[in-house]
Amino acid sequence: MPIAFTEIQETIRMVEMEHLDIRTVTMGISLRDCADQDFETVKQKVYEKITSYAKDLQTTANQVAKEYGVPIINKRIAISPAAELLGNATKEQAIELAETLDKAAQTLEVDFIGGFSALVHKGISKGDQVLLDALPEALSKTERVCSSISVATTRTGINMDATRQMGQIIHQTATLTKDDNSIGCAKLVVFCNPVEDNPFMAGAFHGAGEGEAVLSVGVSGPGVVLNALKRYPDADLGEVSDVIKNTAFKITRAGELIGRVVAERLNVPFGIMDLSLAPTNAMNDSVAKILEEIGLERVGTHGTIAALALMNDAVKKGGAMASSYVGGLSGAFIPVSEDNGMIRGIEEGALNLSKLEAMTCVCSVGLDMIALEGKASPETLSAIIADEAAIGMINKKTTAVRVIPVIGKEEGETVEFGGLLGRAPIIGVNQFSSDKLIKRGGRIPAPLQSLIN
Amino acid sequence: MQKRAVVSVVGKDQAGIIAKVTTVISENNVNILDISQTILQGFFTMIMLIEINDPSNLETLQEKFKPVEQELGLKINIQLEDVFQAMHRV
Repeated sequence: MPIAFTEIQETIRMVEMEHLDIRTVTMGISLRDCADQDFETVKQKVYEKITSYAKDLQTTANQVAKEYGVPIINKRIAISPAAELLGNATKEQAIELAETLDKAAQTLEVDFIGGFSALVHKGISKGDQVLLDALPEALSKTERVCSSISVATTRTGINMDATRQMGQIIHQTATLTKDDNSIGCAKLVVFCNPVEDNPFMAGAFHGAGEGEAVLSVGVSGPGVVLNALKRYPDADLGEVSDVIKNTAFKITRAGELIGRVVAERLNVPFGIMDLSLAPTNAMNDSVAKILEEIGLERVGTHGTIAALALMNDAVKKGGAMASSYVGGLSGAFIPVSEDNGMIRGIEEGALNLSKLEAMTCVCSVGLDMIALEGKASPETLSAIIADEAAIGMINKKTTAVRVIPVIGKEEGETVEFGGLLGRAPIIGVNQFSSDKLIKRGGRIPAPLQSLIN
Repeated sequence: MQKRAVVSVVGKDQAGIIAKVTTVISENNVNILDISQTILQGFFTMIMLIEINDPSNLETLQEKFKPVEQELGLKINIQLEDVFQAMHRV
């Protein structure tokens, strides 16, 4: 059946006016064969492998975007967790590896490279500890390197020793980058139940079960969903869900087509489609605005979680029908600094940290791009991570913490991160201590939910 | 490899739009398969289905439309047809 005039117009409107785009094509590259006795050789192999595998990523993605008329915003690289290469390395060598990755990203002109990562949800190996020790400096000395650390899973419980360290690492990173509004922390995610094929930064890494190289795609389009909903102001909630489903279906189909073309031209297998609705600071490209369109005066008020649950579920249902290989985090992201609606919610007192935590129970990730007051202690940061990890562990879902304690700033001030990372109002933390919980250390045992065999 | 692409033209209605746009297309030896055109809220909207041999030529064609776009104040987009098929057909 030929495509109708109105259908063509709909697609053009989505791209031109509603910010439909492919948010990211991310090439995952295994670095396991880069291990070597000599660390100079390791660095050289890593640099050469990344820059040869991904050498055409930018040009191919740009070419495909032009041919199909749908912009591809970011091209990125995800690598095997770097801790795997650091077994016998020193902290200084780990920092050098981060700098090598940074250089590779610069050569390829990709804005972020993810996978300076360690999986320590049960225990910490030698290489993991080296990476953790190097993290604050590595993040402050590099621009494009992103790190994610897994501290908990449903099957293993929460590694509270690692969680304690992460509070300290975030605090140190914030201090080392305090002249730049503690921006180092924006490149660091702490996970519970991380996924191995997430194409979105800062949490992307190339998991252990992945192949040699793979191309995964993250689509987006909060603006498209918002505009679709605006056309049905009187629909009941079942119909609202349907509108979101239909829109997510179309977005995903376009994304998968384009992702597959890019993968084919790069001669790399297509991995997964990540259906996440990821907001940007562009006008109306906001998840919060969708929730408000569903019927909230301001995001954060009573009913926010119900609306978010409905939206997140409808996005998945529409997307799952559109692609055979749905993966990654697939749901809705609720970063604060990258979503003008969220920022307004906080500035007007409708949204706070506790509500954001509750929202993470029903959406795809966790506390994301939240600026905290600089005096938040390492133990408080660890306790925030522990809370999120517990939510993820019990609910068998991914949760993450990417918070930025902005050194020298206090609640009520605003911090400007610039570019894609946006701006954020500083949020205060609970003034009561969690020190004893964090100092106890050990592991929080895996919950009954893990006993599914 | 034969591929089909959609050319969409949007702008203020005025004399000569179809003539000038199709001239560019014929000068580049591109075959038009289908044309439909309407006026939407005062805006001229035309959609053409064309046949192309090599998708990388789309960029050249897009470049050639630039003078017409500027002269008549139009917005001309070319996209491979597959993307519409993917979005609107199961």
